[in-house]
Amino acid sequence: MNMPTTSMEGGHLVSNEMVMIAKKQRLQDFFFHRVTQGFSLLVLLALLGIIISLFINAWPTFQKFGFQFIWRVEWDVINKDFGAAIAIVGTVASAAIAMVLAVPLAFGVAVFLTETCPAWLRRPLGTSIELLAAVPSIIYGMFGLFVFAPLFADFIQVPLKSLLGGMPLIGFLFGGATNGMGILAAGIVLAFMVLPFVAAVMRDVFEITPAILRESAYGLGCTTWEVVRQVVLPYTQKGVIGGVMLGLGRALGETMAVTFVIGNANRMPASLFSPGTSIASVLANEFGEAEGLHFSTLFALGFLLFVITFVVLAAAKAMINRAEKAKGS
Amino acid sequence: MQIDNTLYLKRRIASQIGLALSMSAMAVGLAVLIWILYILFSNGLAALDLNLFTHDTPAPGTEGGGLRNAIVGSLMIVALTVLVSTPIGILAGIYLTEFGDESKTAELTRFVTDIMLSAPSIVLGLFVYAIAVSTVGNFSGYAGSLALSLIAIPVVMRTTENMLRLVPGSLREAAFALGAPRWKVSTMVTLRAAQSGVMTGILLAVARISGETAPLLFTALNNQFFSTNMGAPMANLPVVIFQFAMSPYDNWVRLAWAGALLITMTVLVLNILARVVFRDKVH
Repeated sequence: MNMPTTSMEGGHLVSNEMVMIAKKQRLQDFFFHRVTQGFSLLVLLALLGIIISLFINAWPTFQKFGFQFIWRVEWDVINKDFGAAIAIVGTVASAAIAMVLAVPLAFGVAVFLTETCPAWLRRPLGTSIELLAAVPSIIYGMFGLFVFAPLFADFIQVPLKSLLGGMPLIGFLFGGATNGMGILAAGIVLAFMVLPFVAAVMRDVFEITPAILRESAYGLGCTTWEVVRQVVLPYTQKGVIGGVMLGLGRALGETMAVTFVIGNANRMPASLFSPGTSIASVLANEFGEAEGLHFSTLFALGFLLFVITFVVLAAAKAMINRAEKAKGS
Repeated sequence: MQIDNTLYLKRRIASQIGLALSMSAMAVGLAVLIWILYILFSNGLAALDLNLFTHDTPAPGTEGGGLRNAIVGSLMIVALTVLVSTPIGILAGIYLTEFGDESKTAELTRFVTDIMLSAPSIVLGLFVYAIAVSTVGNFSGYAGSLALSLIAIPVVMRTTENMLRLVPGSLREAAFALGAPRWKVSTMVTLRAAQSGVMTGILLAVARISGETAPLLFTALNNQFFSTNMGAPMANLPVVIFQFAMSPYDNWVRLAWAGALLITMTVLVLNILARVVFRDKVH
């Protein structure tokens, strides 16, 4: 380290002291970089930790049943015979019902907020949709159990059963007890819950449609609806699909809104009205008493749920990112 | 001269039907919000009294009771979570903005953080059970805080990043031109300029974790008695609501509604506050 004490010209300006300060600052910056990096890596570590720890705890189950675990319909705690099919069917069916109901509604909300809503109402209405998204999921669960389920039984299940229950081919979907609980009820409560998430993403991507595209279409004489269907929607396709998948990811992994209304029965659901169970609600209900193979089976279910939602959410995020990149170009 | 208007009329009617449907979708969304709030208030207010804050959760079959232990437990768990996840989230957010454009790992981190924001919270509970409950041997408030941190950190991280990106580059460049080192620019110039935005992120994170039930089921569990020991199972509002709402006792269900009202109001007020804080500073 043979730094000159002073530089050729300028004399005292670049003194030894200043070199020291620069060195010190560079060291500080190096540590700052590494420390902040370390904290951001915590997220990746957590992800790895989740996957590894769930897999390790689930191993006895995977070892015993192999891949077949996924489509076995057994769930017998006493004889230690388990399969994931019942919970997977319940999870997927309730989430699918939720999406079928929530996506058109969310699309409508987003269209209203971006196209027809008067400017002064845009903010309060947008905020109230965001507030709906902030309501904790356990509230949706209680609402579903105490308020929605009784109404659902009297005003939807009974009429549907008498109307469609006797029809060939689809009649079986509307059989079973009409007590308000079950897959369909869970799906509808879930739909209320994911509606604001999907609507918020759709509104955000609709807003990035360049004004010039809209205006050109209006200039050609398009009606508002035609502009939405043929200009805005094709332009924002990726973002819209991303928003839908984001909602799907939420619906698949939701615990509380589902557990209260799905009925929690470990049987393969025979109709839309029959009680079922989802992966998250099995975990919430049975984890407390689980031991041995039952315990590791619940971890196996958790592992499956995490993998499924991770894939769905990753695809959703990739879609939304691409839609937002398109905005930049 | 006669112009054939049928095609035009058809298109206009189609448009009007579409827009009317979208308006009714909005009405459905609003109706759900109002309906839920109405139910909460009508059931919750009836159960709201002073005993809620002075009595602990009742034993099965006993009359009365309150939610004191659950309220205190929730406050402690959430406070610890905020204390831990705010600095971590902010520093990680700084990394993503200041150094994040230079590396692939940062891009991956950003992607994974976005996914963690919507990951099933019950699985986070399972994970924390595996690393912090089964290894220690008992449920604890600490484990509950750890599980909630896994949700809060990504929220703080992403909002911090987004808010730091809004700070004008000229501010940063001016500080650099004065010879300030990078860490000083980030913490004393950029972060300070984005203060209100970062505050918004913290408020939203608190709102998000206050109502989370699933991650606490296997970590903090519940405690029928008043306890401020975070190393032991701890009562908390969401889990109490879950257990009491599903119970056959009338007074338990009443308490569950009161708790639900408390939580929802907290969450909604925090959300509105976050918007006000942000708006006042930006304009």
